Parts: sequence; C-alpha cells; structure tokens
Amino acid sequence: MAKKVAFLQGNEAAAQGALYAGCTFFAGYPITPSTEVAEVMSAELPKIGGKFIQMEDEIGAMAALIGASLTGVKALTSTSGPGLSLKQENIGYACIAEVPCVIYNVMRGGPSTGMPTGPSQSDVMCAKWGTHGDHPAILLVPASVQETYEETVRAFNLAEKYRTPVMVMPDEIVAHMRERIVFPEKGELEVVDRTAPSVPPEQYKPYDTSFGDVPPLAAFGSGYKFHVTGLNKMQDGFPTTKAEIVQAEEERQVRKVEANKADIMKWEEYLVDDADIVVVAYGSTSRSARFAVNEARKNGIKAGLFRLQTFWPFPEDRLLQISKKVKAFITPEMNLGMCHGVVKGCIEGNAPVLGIFRVDGEPINPGQIVDKMKEVK
Amino acid sequence: MAFDYDKYIRPGKLPHIWCPGCGHGIVMKGLIRAIDAVGLDKKNTAIVSGIGCASRLPGYIDCCTLHTAHGRAAAFATGVKMAKPEMDVILVGGDGDGTAIGGNHFIHACRRNINMTYIIMNNKIYGMTGGQFSPATPTGAKASTTPYGNPDPAFDIAKLAIGAGATFVARGTAYHANQIDKLIAEAIQHKGFSVVEILDDCPTTYGRRNKFRSVIEMMNVLKDIAVPVKAAEKMSPEQLQGKILTGVLYKEEKPEYTTEYAKVIERAKAAK
Amino acid sequence: MSGRYEIRFSGAGGQGLILAGVIMAEAASIFDGKQAVQSQSYGPEARGGASKSEVVISDGPIDYPKATVVDALLALTQESCDKYSHDLKEGGVLLIDSDLVKRQPAGNFQVVSFPIINTAKNEVGREIVANIVALGAMVALTGAVSKESAEKAVLSRVPEAFLELNKKAFNMGYEKALAAKK
Repeated sequence: MAKKVAFLQGNEAAAQGALYAGCTFFAGYPITPSTEVAEVMSAELPKIGGKFIQMEDEIGAMAALIGASLTGVKALTSTSGPGLSLKQENIGYACIAEVPCVIYNVMRGGPSTGMPTGPSQSDVMCAKWGTHGDHPAILLVPASVQETYEETVRAFNLAEKYRTPVMVMPDEIVAHMRERIVFPEKGELEVVDRTAPSVPPEQYKPYDTSFGDVPPLAAFGSGYKFHVTGLNKMQDGFPTTKAEIVQAEEERQVRKVEANKADIMKWEEYLVDDADIVVVAYGSTSRSARFAVNEARKNGIKAGLFRLQTFWPFPEDRLLQISKKVKAFITPEMNLGMCHGVVKGCIEGNAPVLGIFRVDGEPINPGQIVDKMKEVK
Repeated sequence: MAFDYDKYIRPGKLPHIWCPGCGHGIVMKGLIRAIDAVGLDKKNTAIVSGIGCASRLPGYIDCCTLHTAHGRAAAFATGVKMAKPEMDVILVGGDGDGTAIGGNHFIHACRRNINMTYIIMNNKIYGMTGGQFSPATPTGAKASTTPYGNPDPAFDIAKLAIGAGATFVARGTAYHANQIDKLIAEAIQHKGFSVVEILDDCPTTYGRRNKFRSVIEMMNVLKDIAVPVKAAEKMSPEQLQGKILTGVLYKEEKPEYTTEYAKVIERAKAAK
Repeated sequence: MSGRYEIRFSGAGGQGLILAGVIMAEAASIFDGKQAVQSQSYGPEARGGASKSEVVISDGPIDYPKATVVDALLALTQESCDKYSHDLKEGGVLLIDSDLVKRQPAGNFQVVSFPIINTAKNEVGREIVANIVALGAMVALTGAVSKESAEKAVLSRVPEAFLELNKKAFNMGYEKALAAKK
C-alpha cells in the first residue's frame, strides 16, 4: 500500500509528529507564528481521547504541561519567542524536577514582541540559558516539513528517555512553509515510552540513582505516592540543602544529557570531506547554504555544508576535527552571531569563522553565502 | 478516640517549618480530618501548592504531592486534573502566592469551574521572605516594605473567587478550628472549583510589626471579627462594620470543566 | 539556479493569496509528482497590507524555499505590484488586475491584465473567489502545473458546498488569461 502523503506546513507536521509519538496532552496560549500547532491539536486530540487546554497565559501553559506529564502522559506545548521567555520559569522547574515534556517554539524576530511574522533564529541561546541555574538543554532545529515531523517524534523520545524538557525550534520559514510530507507508518519510527518503576510503591523514590542517571518516573494516580518540588531535592524527592547531595544532584541532571551526547546529537555533513570552506547552518538557513554550496562547487570553490539538526548539545568535537583541515567556516544565521560564537568557541582558533547575520526579517539568500565564500583567501 | 493524624502524615517529615503560633498547622489538621471524612484515597489524591510557608504543607501529607513554582499551583493542578480527572486535586497556598503572582491562574481556575479545591491560608503577609505586604494586607498596616503604613487596598479573596466564577466559596479562621474540616470537606464534595479561605496569622512577621503583644491576642481578633453568615443576616450594616463573614458564602451548581471536556471528546469522536 | 520555476502571488492580506499558492504547489507536488515548496510573508494583521505567497516548483529537491528570480508574478494591488516586482525576471510573466494596478513596473515582461476581482464579483458571482480566478489565470499563463492537477488541487482544498463556484472561478480565470494574452 502506498504511504499516505500530504502537503503540509511545518507547524501542522509538528502536531502530526506529536500525535505519532503518542502525545495525548497539549496546553498552550495563542501566539504567532506557532498557533497552527494548537489548532491542529485542539481538533485531533479529543478524537483519540486526549486533552487540549488553552491556558490563561504562557506560564500557565508550561505549568499545566508539567502537571499533566506527572500523571504519565506525553505532553506538548507550542509557542514563540515572547512565550518562550515567559515559559522559562517552569522550563527550569521541569529540568530540576525532571519531568519529560516537549516545547515547540517557532523562532520569530525579537527581543520582546519584535517581528511577530518575521523569521529569525535568535532563540537558540534562550533554549540553553533562558532559565536560571545550571540545567541540561536539548534543542532540535529541523530544516524541512518532513524533518519537523520526525524531529518532533524524536523530541518526545528524548524527553522520555532522559526525563527532561526537550525543545524543537524551527524558524518561522520552516514552520510556515509547505512541502510534501510522507507519513511514516506505525512502527516505522522509534517511539520511546516512559520507563515505569520496577519497585513497589513502598520502595519507590522518584530520584533513585541506583537505577542510573535517569531514574524511573512513576505517574500520579497509579498507586505511587511521591513528592515533587522545584527545590533542590534528595532521592526521595524531598527538599534538601545538604551540600554534597545538592552538588551531586545538580551534576547528575546535567550529566544525564552531556554523557549521552552521542545518542542525542544529529548533524548532516554535505561535501565536507574535501571542503576548504565549511558552512555551518541550521533551519531554513541551511537550505540556502546547501544551494550556495552547490553553486560554489560549480564555480570551482570547494565548499561543504555542516548542517546542525541538534543545536544543543552542540557537536563541538566534530567541528574541532573539521577545523584542522579547512580554510574557513561560514556561519549564516538569522541572528547576530549565536551559532557563530559557539563555533568559534570550539575550534581552538584553527580557522577563521566568517559570519553572515541578518535580523531584518528577511531570509539569508544563497547569493549572500556565495559572496562570503569569495572573501575566503 | 482521638483522631489519628499519623495515618496521613508522611513518616519522618515532621516537625514542620512553621513558627509557634502560626495558623497553618491548624489548617493542615483540618485538611487531614476533611480528607478522612470524605474518604479520599491517598493514592489518587494530589495536593498541589505554590511557594511560601503555607505551600510547604503538601510535603507533610502522604499523597501525591506537588510543590510547584511561586503562584503556579492552580496552573500545575489544572494540568493534573485535565490529564487525570479521576484524581482528587486539592490546592493549598498563601494569600500572596495565590492572589498576587498567582492571581491570573487563580481567577481562571475559578472561571473554568474545574473540579478542584483551593485552600488559601490568608495570613495577610509574605511570611517566608520576612514580612512584605501582600494583596491581602490591610491598608495602613505595617510590613517590612510598608514602613510608613500600607497604602494599598486589600483584596477580599472570597469575593474575588465568587466574582471570577468559583461555584463554592467558604471562609473560616484558624481560631474556629473545628469548622475548618467541615468547610473543606464540603468544598471537596462540591463538584466544581471550590475555594476555602482560612484567615490565620503570622505572629512572626505580621503580629510583631503591628503591635500585637501575643499570639493569643491575634487569635482573639479572629474570634471577635468572625460572624457566621446565618448570624449576619440578622445584623445591621453598623453591627457588621469591621466584621468578616464565615461559613459557606456562596454555592451554585454549574457545568464542571472536565465533564464539559468529556463532551468535547464525545463530539470529536462522533465527528471523526 | 536552473530547474526551478518560481511563482509569486501577491496582493493584500485577506485576498486568499496564500491559499492560491498552496493550491498551485499542491497541484505540482501531490498531483503532478514534482517537487514544490510554498512559503509566504505577511504582516501581523489578518487584513490589508501587502502580502505574498511564493511557490517554487522543480523536478529535483528544492533547497532554498524562497524565490530567487521570479518567473511569474501575480499582483492584485498597486502596493503589492510596486513592492514585489523588483526581482521578476526579464521576460517573466506579470499578471495584474487591470482595474487596480495602473502603474506597471519598468522592464521587459510578458504583461497580461484583466479585471480579476471584477470577474470574480460579477461573472462568477462572488468576490471571495478572486484568488481562484487568479490561480486559473496563473496556471494558464505559466504552464507550471497541468490544468487537470490544478483543478483537482482546487477541489481538494475548498468546502464541498463551494465546489461548483470554485470550478467556475478557476476555469473563468484560465480562459480569460488565455484570451487576454492574445
């Protein structure tokens, strides 16, 4: 049987991907340019007995997401920059309390209200440093409608696997453009469900590290009674200020992502092997970059594309390796140098990093990237 | 036979953090008696709080307990209740947590009429941070941030709840300890969003600054100003000056949110 | 930049141009078996302002989703014509509403004009289908998608009660464009 195809927007694909992953709860607040996700979820979730709730504000939506996830369901919210700023309080809560959830954020111009309908890529640092305190960060940055679907599925898998919030951030172009999508059949993509506790309720501790860095999370209302707090906590979930416990728990929360980077990180190398110039790009900008690389190759410039599919964790080691044999990197992005700074920080000065930064609400076009390549000596 | 509170207290979690003379412990005991009277299943009961002294209460009770971020109890709890309507969900917290930083979540939980019970311990002050004025601090009162007297008018929390659409609103005081469990039990049994405001006192950060010489004096004020709604019906406006009404202040039957959403599910499935 | 055919639908917010672009792209991608990407840019308002919807059609994978050199441009308002005609290629198709676009951009274009909105309003019977009239015209003028596929795509996107109305609008636009071209 032929696979089901459709011509969908990135936002619609994200919602469909969430449903494929087993999401049965959505809480959100209307915001351009991500509202289509909420609209699709409001229509689709009740059909499968799932729940959709439009909350009173972005903070409340993030809070409801965590509350729902604690009952054992897979939960999604969608937002955009100003909403992401507001959600940071409870994103931090989900990090410290280790509650799986997925935050889909469409990147528009900022700061503040900025350009509600203009594309940007300026939320990638907010994904890592937006909420205060040390915490893990997983950020997926899809570049096509198909990838938005598939990476949303993967976001749920990573959230459940590592008991942590996971963010998916297309820029507005990817979120709103339409392409043909081929729906994966059931079983075709991996779907990870939450690990249930293997001990009886009397012995259960929500942060029992004897099960490893990612202890099983029981569901409220499943026979397990336990305490969850946003305070630094002990293995039984109750608050503590004991120095050695706080230190160990904080380190574990970050380590559970850092030590599993290889499992989480994804990137694509296109014509990188023999490249003199490597363009490091993500989201819709990576599409301009691929176009530019192809144009450059036609003109005898040995260019390649390193396309980030996860922004956090960042593939620092691989870029360091590549940096030893290239003449230059180019980082085109719709912000004033966020990826640029990270690349610079990991290549130990082995090659110059030339930036192309646009924050005017217009995409970076292939011509700009080709022009920048010509500057490389 | 004396009531066995230990059945509901988590082993090893006492003593609590509350100061001598604080009313929160009285409210906790009332809540435990109410849970027992209604016969809630501890495994299927979630107790959700925000931040502050009152919000530490869930940690002591042997249920599914969720100590959230400041002001957010109602929003977290809404997620729990929506995802698992079969759970009983009780919210606890203070006046500042619930009506200042959490004011928006509070009024919208009232508006949705979602079947949960919110116990607001109103001690008129931010106690945990050292006594700053809250939206419930009386005008003129002294707080650490109103050294010249509070210029702000105060919320009437019960009226706020009624205005926002809560379908069961009651008020009690820490002095009237034996009434607390009855009000809470009735609130839990009410189908819809129920609010129980319990006036209690913070001798440490409020009493001291406002010239109360003792906890007993503060308790006596609660005793003196409380007028049961029934009794108030026979009193003149002059007699009611400076008094507060206690008991069940408001009750109505209205469509409940999770029940209404179940109908949405039915409609969606039928349209499929 | 060979192999790409780029079409831009422009006008005011609320004229249904995004939908026109979506249908064109869907005709190419789902019914003609080509590759297509549709994207848009619009202001924060639901109505008014200048808005555009772009479609890139290709036989191979499409990297850059936005227009680079526009092969065919529709402009339903003067503002959108002024704003979005700068990158229309030499010899490209320019379809304009003859009642609303009085100043044509300088350049050597294949200009086709007829009263698109008036056709929808007075000949089809509903102004709301002006986007489908325009779509029919763009299909006729560009040949970027087959007429059959475009018609199928139109019918798959509109409510059942309005199938005939949209069919009429599409065909009216198609015929008028061919007539106006001569």
